[in-house]
Amino acid sequence: MIATTSSTDDTTTPAPGAGGPRKSFQWRGLFNPSPIAHLLNKLGLGFFVPYVRLAAGDEPQKQVRQILIDILLPGLAMCLFFAFWAVCAKHVKTDSTRIPTPAETWSAWQGMQAFAADQAVKESEFGDKMEKLAAVWDKQAQAAKDAGDAAKAAASAERAESYRSKEYAGPPTFYHQIGTSLITVTIGFIAATLIAIPLGILCGLNRYFFIALNPLVQIFKPVSPLAWLPIVFVFVTALYDPPASSHLFGRAMFISAGTVTLCSLWPTLINTAFGVAGIDKDHLNVARVLKLSWFKQLTSIILPSALPLIFTGLRLSLGVGWMVLIAADMLAQNPGLGKFVWDTFQNGSTESMAQIVVAVFAIGIIGFFLDRIMFALQRLVTFEDRAI
Amino acid sequence: MSIQLECYNLAKTYETKRGPFSVFRNLNLKVRTGEFVSIIGHSGCGKSTVLSMVAGLNEISEGAIMLAGKEIDGPGPDRGVVFQSPCLLPWISALNNVLLGVDQVFSHATKAQRRQIALHYLSQVGLADAASKKPTELSQGMRQRVGIARAFALEPKMLLLDEPFGMLDALTRIELQDVLLKLWAQKQITAMLITHDVDEAIFVSDRIICMTDGPEAEIGEVVTVPFERPRDRKTVLADPRFRELRQHIIHFLNERSHMRRSLPEAAARTPSSAAA
Ligand SMILES: Nc1ncnc2c1ncn2[C@@H]1O[C@H](COP(=O)(O)OP(=O)(O)O)[C@@H](O)[C@H]1O
Ligand SMILES: [Mg+2]
Repeated sequence: MIATTSSTDDTTTPAPGAGGPRKSFQWRGLFNPSPIAHLLNKLGLGFFVPYVRLAAGDEPQKQVRQILIDILLPGLAMCLFFAFWAVCAKHVKTDSTRIPTPAETWSAWQGMQAFAADQAVKESEFGDKMEKLAAVWDKQAQAAKDAGDAAKAAASAERAESYRSKEYAGPPTFYHQIGTSLITVTIGFIAATLIAIPLGILCGLNRYFFIALNPLVQIFKPVSPLAWLPIVFVFVTALYDPPASSHLFGRAMFISAGTVTLCSLWPTLINTAFGVAGIDKDHLNVARVLKLSWFKQLTSIILPSALPLIFTGLRLSLGVGWMVLIAADMLAQNPGLGKFVWDTFQNGSTESMAQIVVAVFAIGIIGFFLDRIMFALQRLVTFEDRAI
Repeated sequence: MSIQLECYNLAKTYETKRGPFSVFRNLNLKVRTGEFVSIIGHSGCGKSTVLSMVAGLNEISEGAIMLAGKEIDGPGPDRGVVFQSPCLLPWISALNNVLLGVDQVFSHATKAQRRQIALHYLSQVGLADAASKKPTELSQGMRQRVGIARAFALEPKMLLLDEPFGMLDALTRIELQDVLLKLWAQKQITAMLITHDVDEAIFVSDRIICMTDGPEAEIGEVVTVPFERPRDRKTVLADPRFRELRQHIIHFLNERSHMRRSLPEAAARTPSSAAA
């Protein structure tokens, strides 16, 4: 029944822009921190709220206390972790290698940065050199043209062009590898989204479709990326023949991305299905009374009300995707972070172990930022008060 | 006067885990064009069920419902519905909530015209200034005003209201009753209101349909309200007939609503015996 399911829980109306539960605060400081605090909380950046309030002069003591807690407690945990790490570095070793110390890891990171800077210099030097060579051929082409030798001019111009288009073929730096990984995960994630959201909507709208698809979803959801990879390999190799010149969008990248897609589409699919299926019956009754067209129902009622759950799914999917990517990169030999970790591991020295630890931190920090971005998006589309 | 709504031998049976559950049977009801009827009865007697069947949102088990001479078949914008909770879409503004229906009903009008219609009804319910606000920024009473504007803006043949003021405080409720009556008088729309509130039923209705308790509820009594329109709250409240009507209906609800005209038969049809 319609009227009996109506919710009666909420009768208060939050004032627009009011920041959190603190209602009695009257600001006397420089500016009113509440709207900013509200926005920060909404974007999942609650960590910075005490700083904003402190800057506004809102109960400074309380803010300082909060800031100290926010810094000291994680700092303490971090210190304990580093101590544990240092102990491990001292005692955990094999014949050929051992766990690097934090200091060694730091210097490995510096070394990787220096290498990247060095490569950047070499690349620009290479560009300059090629440009010089090209200029020589340009001159010759001009001379030949002046002399009326059209064939020679054309040949020279072609030589000049071939020098200009030469790309520097140095080894990829750590930043290149990060870039490759991010591009790969983006491709895989977008593909997963494009598959999962429409399928999820269909599953949520149509019970029979859901019943039909559910066993497949349940069976494929727990499959490890390592098991998917050979299958994706066959598909990509059979269907995609990249031009030899493109070393970025090679097969390996699409094998990696395909594996990411297959592993990461499930959370979005399931959450979309639940979001669509769980639409408030009252809202659907509105659509029925108004006889909205199917498309109008989808755009004005179904999608907006399922959006928060869809974004929850997307956030989970991206997390899974990033985790899977490293393994997929390793196996598919896609020149991203996973391949870097594997190749460096094959190297076997303590120095390369330190580089792997750097990669571990990089993977974690990038994953954290990806999650924050998705979290902020998720919060932006979530309505504070859904019971209206 | 012509008949706008007719329920003919209407019956509703819900299939439940413990077997079929008969809410009511043989319900016969006629509502004249432009009439305002209320349905009153104890909770669970099937008032909402009747209304949602008229709205086309609830399947008809037996019998038929005729609206303006045609049997209804599913829901449609020719019946504006207002529920206890206004069911506004929280992600769009009050204006867009009203426009959603207006766009549908006045699809041949221009965009500006449709906007004007929606704004007109919003200002009729006193929300001209809040048109661009999201439902979250409105009070409960204001949300229900939007709900009323949305129903009227469809310019429907019939208005169906299911305890629309049930969640509001007494003062807001009185305000909204006045808003409702004003629009109803302007538009001459046939209206059916479900309420718990005896005073409300008397003040707004031409006739009050008193239902007996469920299961197997029936129309126990139909009370005609004699007051002239337009009604003034003070005069109506001061009228001795008001107190008499009020006493009469309260007496019905307290003493007679659980008695049946067809007792032995009804006892045989309770769900527990059906399941056994
Ligand atoms: N979907 C349903 N399935 C089974 N029983 C229902 C359903 N909806 C309502 N009922 C039952 O029908 C009876 C009438 O309900 P309702 O019309 O909501 O009563 P009212 O609005 O008068 O309070 C109640 O006993 C209720 O439990
Ligand atoms: Mg009810």
